Amino acid sequence: MKEIYMDHSATTPVDREVFEAMIPYYTHEYGNPSSVHAKGRTAKKALEKAREQLASLINATPREVFFTSGGTEADNQAIVSYMLTNAHRGRHLITSAIEHHAVLDTCEHLHKNGFDLTVLPVNSLGLVEPEALRKALRPDTILVTIMHANNEIGTIQPIAELASIAHQGGAAFHTDAVQTVGKLPIDVKAMGIDMLSASSHKLYGPKGVGALYIKKGTRIKNILYGGPQENKMRAGTENIPGIVGFGQAAELAQSRMSDLAEYLNGLGKRLRDGILESIPHTIPTGEPENRVPGSVSVCFRFVEGESILLMLDSYGIMASSGSACTSGSLDPSHVLLAIGLPHEIAHGSLRLTLGKDNSEDDVNDVLEVLPKIIGNLRKMSPLYNGGGSS
Amino acid sequence: MYSQKVMDHFMNPRNVGDLDIADGVGEVGNPVCGDIMHIEIQVQDNIIQDIKFKTFGCAAAIATSSMVTEMVKGKTLEEAERITNRTVADALDGLPPIKMHCSNLAADALHQAIKDYIARRNQA
Repeated sequence: MKEIYMDHSATTPVDREVFEAMIPYYTHEYGNPSSVHAKGRTAKKALEKAREQLASLINATPREVFFTSGGTEADNQAIVSYMLTNAHRGRHLITSAIEHHAVLDTCEHLHKNGFDLTVLPVNSLGLVEPEALRKALRPDTILVTIMHANNEIGTIQPIAELASIAHQGGAAFHTDAVQTVGKLPIDVKAMGIDMLSASSHKLYGPKGVGALYIKKGTRIKNILYGGPQENKMRAGTENIPGIVGFGQAAELAQSRMSDLAEYLNGLGKRLRDGILESIPHTIPTGEPENRVPGSVSVCFRFVEGESILLMLDSYGIMASSGSACTSGSLDPSHVLLAIGLPHEIAHGSLRLTLGKDNSEDDVNDVLEVLPKIIGNLRKMSPLYNGGGSS
Repeated sequence: MYSQKVMDHFMNPRNVGDLDIADGVGEVGNPVCGDIMHIEIQVQDNIIQDIKFKTFGCAAAIATSSMVTEMVKGKTLEEAERITNRTVADALDGLPPIKMHCSNLAADALHQAIKDYIARRNQA
């Protein structure tokens, strides 16, 4: 059976070129970059090259890039360490209702431990209103953390504007850019970002590697204790093969970003328009135009997401959903609820996230199969009255 | 995650739809939870002659609905009443733990349909 992978916001395949760049660092250049000898020096050189590659992608200086085990660790370090290190200036932080759990749960953890937290609502497109941020800022606010683009609904936030408002209020600005690094142009300097989290496996790099950009002069420390790696910001022997892969993936992403974004925007629009035209009672979610390239998110009324996913899977089509069954809880995704969807509609969510290897044919195949699947599930649904008014 | 039997009943559900004439109707769940099971039965001489279901929900919800209809078709009302959510899950070779609570209500819908049938019969 043909495989059609449309879950690139979950993870991506490792590029062949990236994989090949990594292999020597597993097999014969296996040195520890902290070692003095030749193998150690080779590893150290590879580590610093990767740092330059990633720095270049986001217009940072290499010394501002710190490798971590992934986006989650980067988010944890940025938020926890910034709040702890700067607590003498204030104990209030602000985030948004549609953050990834790596940010939301970290903020909640601080809240439970005596910090003050404001969770900003979003509008029906998933956008944080700049005015809402302005009003939420207090004299004791020291950190604002708002994601660049949302993983479920694809909406891109006005980061430069939000960062500027945070700074006017005397707070630092962190963004979880896991869904956008390598996909959208990011200039940390022009956008006024103080800290940014990135993940390798979302941009055709390996899993288990991420990075935290920390603007020079930002007061923040390590959250893992041990050796002096990463300029004392991240203890633990560096995952050199992974970091090399991340660097290579970053360089590749930079070289093909505008072409790939254009391709995926076109393909995504075709898929989204095709779904909306062929399947009635479908609600698109997120900002319609200003989206993560290739991200398509919709809710089908009267049906449930896990059922859609398993039916698609039987045709070799791999996607995701924010329904309760797929979120591992009894509630549908917090993002879909935050944009104002009622539970019964949020349960019918489907996310298709396209990647560089998806073709027009893939989109055609999905557009052929999906209306049948939704039709069959609706025929089975006691909520559906047969296509009449609803 | 799901047993082969669950996937079979999900992909090829038995007895989907509505009855022309239902002697008893049962419905449990609600759309907020993401599961609704609707079961209709036709009863003659104390035996469930025909049964149909409609379900909004995940694969477990659909499979348990399908399985319960298969288990009770042709059975007496007393036999049908003895079926529990647990026996339905067992007949499907089990469900993932998280599904046992939220999506395993098909026997409840069946029992409601039987109750409805008995209430109607007693009124007649």
